[in-house]
Amino acid sequence: MKRVGVFVCHCGLNIAGTVNIKEITDAASKTPDVVVAADHRYLCSEPGQALIKDNIKQHRLDAIVVAACSPAMHEITFRNIARAAGLNRYQSEIANIREQCSWVHDNIEKATEKAHVIIRQSIEKVKLNELLDPITVPVTRRALIVGGGIAGIRAALDVANSGHQVYLVEKTGSIGGRMAQLSETFPTLDCSICILGPLMVEAYRNPNIKILRLSEVEEVKGFIGNFKVKVRQAPVYVDETECNSCAECVKVCPAEVPNEFDSGLTWRKAIYIPFAQAVPPAYVLDAKSCLGLLPQACGECKKACDKLGMSCINLDAHPETHELEVGAIISATGYEMYDAARLTEYGYGIYPDVMTSLEFERMLSASGPTSGVIRRPSDGRIPKEVVFIQCAGQREPETALPYCSKVCCMYTARHAMLFRHKVPDGQAYVFYMDIRAGGKGYEEFVKRTQEEGGVLYLRGRVAKVHEENDKLVVKGVDTLSGKTVQIDADVVVLAVGMVPSQGSRELANTLKASVDENGFFAEAHPKLRPLESATAGIFLAGAGQAPKDIPETVAQASGAASKALNLLSSPTLEREPTVARIVNEFCSGCGICVPACPFEALSMNRERKIAEVAEALCEGCGTCVASCPSGALSLRNLTDTQIMAMIRAGRG
Amino acid sequence: MSQPRILAFLCRWCAYAGADLAGTTRKHYDPNLISIRVTCSGRIDPSFVLEALEEGYDGVLIAGCHPGTCHYISGNYKALRRFTLLRKLLRQMGVPDERVRLEWISASESDKFVTVVNEMVENLRKLEPAMPVEQHT
Repeated sequence: MKRVGVFVCHCGLNIAGTVNIKEITDAASKTPDVVVAADHRYLCSEPGQALIKDNIKQHRLDAIVVAACSPAMHEITFRNIARAAGLNRYQSEIANIREQCSWVHDNIEKATEKAHVIIRQSIEKVKLNELLDPITVPVTRRALIVGGGIAGIRAALDVANSGHQVYLVEKTGSIGGRMAQLSETFPTLDCSICILGPLMVEAYRNPNIKILRLSEVEEVKGFIGNFKVKVRQAPVYVDETECNSCAECVKVCPAEVPNEFDSGLTWRKAIYIPFAQAVPPAYVLDAKSCLGLLPQACGECKKACDKLGMSCINLDAHPETHELEVGAIISATGYEMYDAARLTEYGYGIYPDVMTSLEFERMLSASGPTSGVIRRPSDGRIPKEVVFIQCAGQREPETALPYCSKVCCMYTARHAMLFRHKVPDGQAYVFYMDIRAGGKGYEEFVKRTQEEGGVLYLRGRVAKVHEENDKLVVKGVDTLSGKTVQIDADVVVLAVGMVPSQGSRELANTLKASVDENGFFAEAHPKLRPLESATAGIFLAGAGQAPKDIPETVAQASGAASKALNLLSSPTLEREPTVARIVNEFCSGCGICVPACPFEALSMNRERKIAEVAEALCEGCGTCVASCPSGALSLRNLTDTQIMAMIRAGRG
Repeated sequence: MSQPRILAFLCRWCAYAGADLAGTTRKHYDPNLISIRVTCSGRIDPSFVLEALEEGYDGVLIAGCHPGTCHYISGNYKALRRFTLLRKLLRQMGVPDERVRLEWISASESDKFVTVVNEMVENLRKLEPAMPVEQHT
């Protein structure tokens, strides 16, 4: 039999506060096959680790049980300690007496009793653990980045500049994302496209980056280090290598639709360039708004192009599927704005002069619909009184978004300040709940807006906006003076929040990554692993993970890129050896396990008429094991025998 | 252990992480539940549930990822199929439905985990305490 050592962690008072450490350590020491049981204030500390190592050597232990925090925290730490003391690393088991015991119970007696049962289960399991070594697999040293906004571009450049090939998948006609739409950035008032544009061009010119525009990820197979990805590219009707952006096709196109880049404030043709600085610098034919491609109804654009002796336009283009092999994937899918029309109290969609912040942003932009002049959408007049409503549809768990989007306090301050620059005799009002200006130079910027800009900040919610005599009547409360306030405004701007991009939930499913309750990509650990999804090899960057501003996005993108590079830097990687195994003698060749495996790791050997496990493909889920009627399949270190032993151990 | 005793099979990606989150956020629940961390709800052989009942646990909880979010693509669907058959068998044996429960609990749903545990404890208190098969006469 194995000689087992049990080590109980106090975790300061986190465990010791609710569980009687002495009692469970004594009880553990009396359990059959346990040679030694000891406790320590912090087993993860250096002296705690030394205690384990010394006991392994002194008592010639074969296996250890560490009763401490969740295995999600320190399983690897304690495996490495076991290994450092000469044990096989899979001879270490965690008994989770913190997250699932001391932290959730307050009755000391009952918690102690439960902790003892949890330890007994782990002892039973570790006694039956086999000696295993990690499986080594080769790594495909390329990366896939989904989303061509600032996060995707930054990550792509970082990975590419380290010498690895990158596929940058973008669903629209150009990379650039939301940042390309912004006029200025806070708190420096840098022109947004002026700082983004060079990066877009750099990504386009980088020989290691392949930009796939109009593309979406359709399927992901495989695992960390070896993903097989299918990317579906919509028909590319305009050849980006031929097109010289002469715009002759645009002149003749008869179809007009709202321009999404200008938040619908202007019109564009069915054939169009997404924006002046678009990368790749080529026109896009939007098949949905084109008068007809199948069968061809118009074809004016092609005629105009052909007349110039060019042949950029191919109206018979087909969708294409790219099959890519990559080792790491970074999801940088970004955000979109919450639908302001759902906030009926503000009258968005009813009164044309109620705008979202992104619409106002476009109006501020020199390349926007009004060339940077602020005008009322209804009559084109220059507004004098502008009301900004912060937290529009945010921090409202009952009716709209429960969370804070983090950037709205800052962009509203910037909008108000820029409005005052452009309309010096105008007045800006900001309704706010709290000003959240944590960030370098942020608080100072808000102060500047209030003091230099003369912007009036009113602390309170707006109850209603309605139209009266060509003015928008904004009724709210100033909670600091306790008085109701009424402002007759020319324009109302709603600071609506950020929501995950459309399709990000579907992408998460395809990537086998999870999303949180608001639909943002879930990180592996909120504090310590914010750059990774729970699925190995899938990394996260940008506002697709949670609302964040540009500097944070760029930092996270470089972080995710460095995580990906960490993986790509080595030609091989180690995988968990806890995979399925088959005992040939017991296999009846029924074949039930073959379709049960989601990873095609099981197959029938036609000659021997038995099933076979391809270990490199096995992810170790154990579904096949539960489907095997003959007990021929087992999951290494989580066998039926082990689970049965744990069931019995918990009985006491 | 406190009565009634519940054995939970929690998939490590969703339900076990959800149970851990209940701990991290200090959400208290009845100390009647012991968990076994499994790779996937698809790993759970119906015989584990039978074994637990035979051993005298008052209730068994199987919890995995929500449909469509299984870390192993489809393990939870297989768990659901097996559970449907198991439920039929248990009813034929006269085991009340309250004793065995299948739930989808994501890594962020610590509230749901706590609610499920407390509900099960409450429901099982209304039943006769279970007893290991060997003690039946």
